Amino acid sequence: MRISPVKIISLLFFIFSGLYLYYAYQIRVFSFDENAPFNAKTFPIYLGYTGLFFSGLYIVLPEKKPSNVNLSVLDYRKTITLVILMIIYGITILKAGYFLSTSFFLVLSYITLGEKRWFWVFTLSFPFVAIFMFLLHGLLDIYLRDPFLKYLGIIG
Amino acid sequence: MIEGILIGLNTALSLKNILMVMIGCFAGTIIGMLPGLGPMTAIALMIPITYGFEPSTGLILMAGVYYGAVFGGSTSSILINAPGVPGTVATSFDGYPMAQQGKAGKALAIAAYSSFAGGTIAAIFLLFAAPSLSKVSLAFRSPDYFGLMILGLTAVSAFSAKGHFLKAMMMVVLGLMLASVGQDTLSDIPRFVFNNMNLADGISFVLVVMATFAMSEALTIIFKGSDPTQAAKQISLSKLGSIKLDKEETKKMVTTIPRSSIIGFIIGVLPGAGSTIASFLAYGMERNFVKDEEKLKFGKGSVNGLSAPETANNAACSGSFVPLLTLGIPGSGTTAVMLGALLGFGIQPGPRLYQTNPEIFWSVIMSMYIGMVILLILNLPLIPYIARILAVPRAFLIPLILFFSVTGIYLMSFNNFDIYLMIGIAVFSTILRLYEFPMPPLILAFVLGGLMEENLRRSLLISDGSWSFLWDRPLTLCIMVSIAIIVGWQIYKSFFQKN
Repeated sequence: MRISPVKIISLLFFIFSGLYLYYAYQIRVFSFDENAPFNAKTFPIYLGYTGLFFSGLYIVLPEKKPSNVNLSVLDYRKTITLVILMIIYGITILKAGYFLSTSFFLVLSYITLGEKRWFWVFTLSFPFVAIFMFLLHGLLDIYLRDPFLKYLGIIG
Repeated sequence: MIEGILIGLNTALSLKNILMVMIGCFAGTIIGMLPGLGPMTAIALMIPITYGFEPSTGLILMAGVYYGAVFGGSTSSILINAPGVPGTVATSFDGYPMAQQGKAGKALAIAAYSSFAGGTIAAIFLLFAAPSLSKVSLAFRSPDYFGLMILGLTAVSAFSAKGHFLKAMMMVVLGLMLASVGQDTLSDIPRFVFNNMNLADGISFVLVVMATFAMSEALTIIFKGSDPTQAAKQISLSKLGSIKLDKEETKKMVTTIPRSSIIGFIIGVLPGAGSTIASFLAYGMERNFVKDEEKLKFGKGSVNGLSAPETANNAACSGSFVPLLTLGIPGSGTTAVMLGALLGFGIQPGPRLYQTNPEIFWSVIMSMYIGMVILLILNLPLIPYIARILAVPRAFLIPLILFFSVTGIYLMSFNNFDIYLMIGIAVFSTILRLYEFPMPPLILAFVLGGLMEENLRRSLLISDGSWSFLWDRPLTLCIMVSIAIIVGWQIYKSFFQKN
């Protein structure tokens, strides 16, 4: 028997709603609020039950229009690489600074997606980020933290 | 009202705001042209930039993006039969056959004039409807608002889910759950924070919008191996032909535009319906209105068949601002994003908005007229050139969307945690999109979560914990009955109806 992936997602949502409900009951309210008609945990409790209701309904009722996704044609390699690059970008953005981390993220993403025109890879990374930073920092006065450029004395 | 219009004109006609409408229309047209990237992504990408502006300027920019994206979607519908947004699917029925007959320029001109006329007529309706509805809505109480919010959420779920109502409702619940993270607004009690200080203030609205739309759309394109820029490459190669319309074509448009504007506006005002339903309904009704001879041309390049959905979808865009500006309740995913942005500016839309912030209320309405004019005089002659800009390869487009998303959230918080959270939500959204879980209900629920809880709190406190507030007032009862009908019908339709 083949279980529909949407039913599995609904089951996961059912479990998630159950956990949410458990934590909703754990919310500690002020003692004078404990028996009030509405306190900080009332709404989350209703939400938890509503989540259980809708996901439970999907699990129980027959599927009329099952979603058919051909998993074999999906590009896992490029997608996972991009996600990893974004995580690395997130890690380095505060430490290495906006300019370097963004430029390297763009270069590596272009290459990951198969771009081989090096002129454009370079132009749409380092100079592009520099212009973008100038627009944000220089013209719109939006603060950008960049220890590297600060060390070089380019930004204050 | 005259005073308000003058205030609005004064704000909207400032050099800065005109420039913003132009930028918005231009950027919106570019993004709207790309199949898969709709108005919500376009607006989401603009939000971090708007926070540097005054609220009215920011909202004017977003309204320009909205119209531009709808117009851009029409362009790709006509030229390559690939609608950029669902609201322009009906446009392709007659627009694409016209383009194939070598009348692409004419089809674009009809779309542009119809959009202009539909948007302008609907903006006039909005001008009169919004203040009147604001006065009426002052009589609304917390139970009515609570009911209206549930009605909006169920209606959006019913219309956006395309037969997957329960999936949409799960997304609604997930959106509300995400909105409940952080300190309770009244008691300051932390909820679902798990001793993580980064979650104490809750999850940022911009983060959720960026993750579920811009970022997850970009990841979905890569995951599925599709290339949205392929469409643009074809556009730049096609021959447009003349954009001049003859007398007969103009005459046909003159009869179509008023009725389609009315249909579009009314559908736009209804929660959840939006431009897609408006355009299909206008197309179907137009087919009934025209002579038998013209009926045969439908689907083969009819002027009426192209003009009707184009007029209606732009009129619906203006109509969707009515519940947003007067009740503070967005009727669609796109206006939900705008509501989130307004809340970010510290402005609460609602019946009192046009009294407390008249410059915002009126300047948005006035900017709609300016946006329409700009779309007509700027975009129509520039379409071939915009199309060339769009022929940017996918390998450049996707990283740039991801870069704008990460930058947007980084500029707001300077916090790594928010970036990781955004990536996590984007990955989950990509998987959910793959299995046709709709994202607009999630955003709408996330935006309305706080307001819903607040109105439920007031209602329960007034009724001393009793749920009788749901049927005590006739208005609330009507709303609740409507909700029950929608939910019951949708569940029946999804699982039991044979056809």
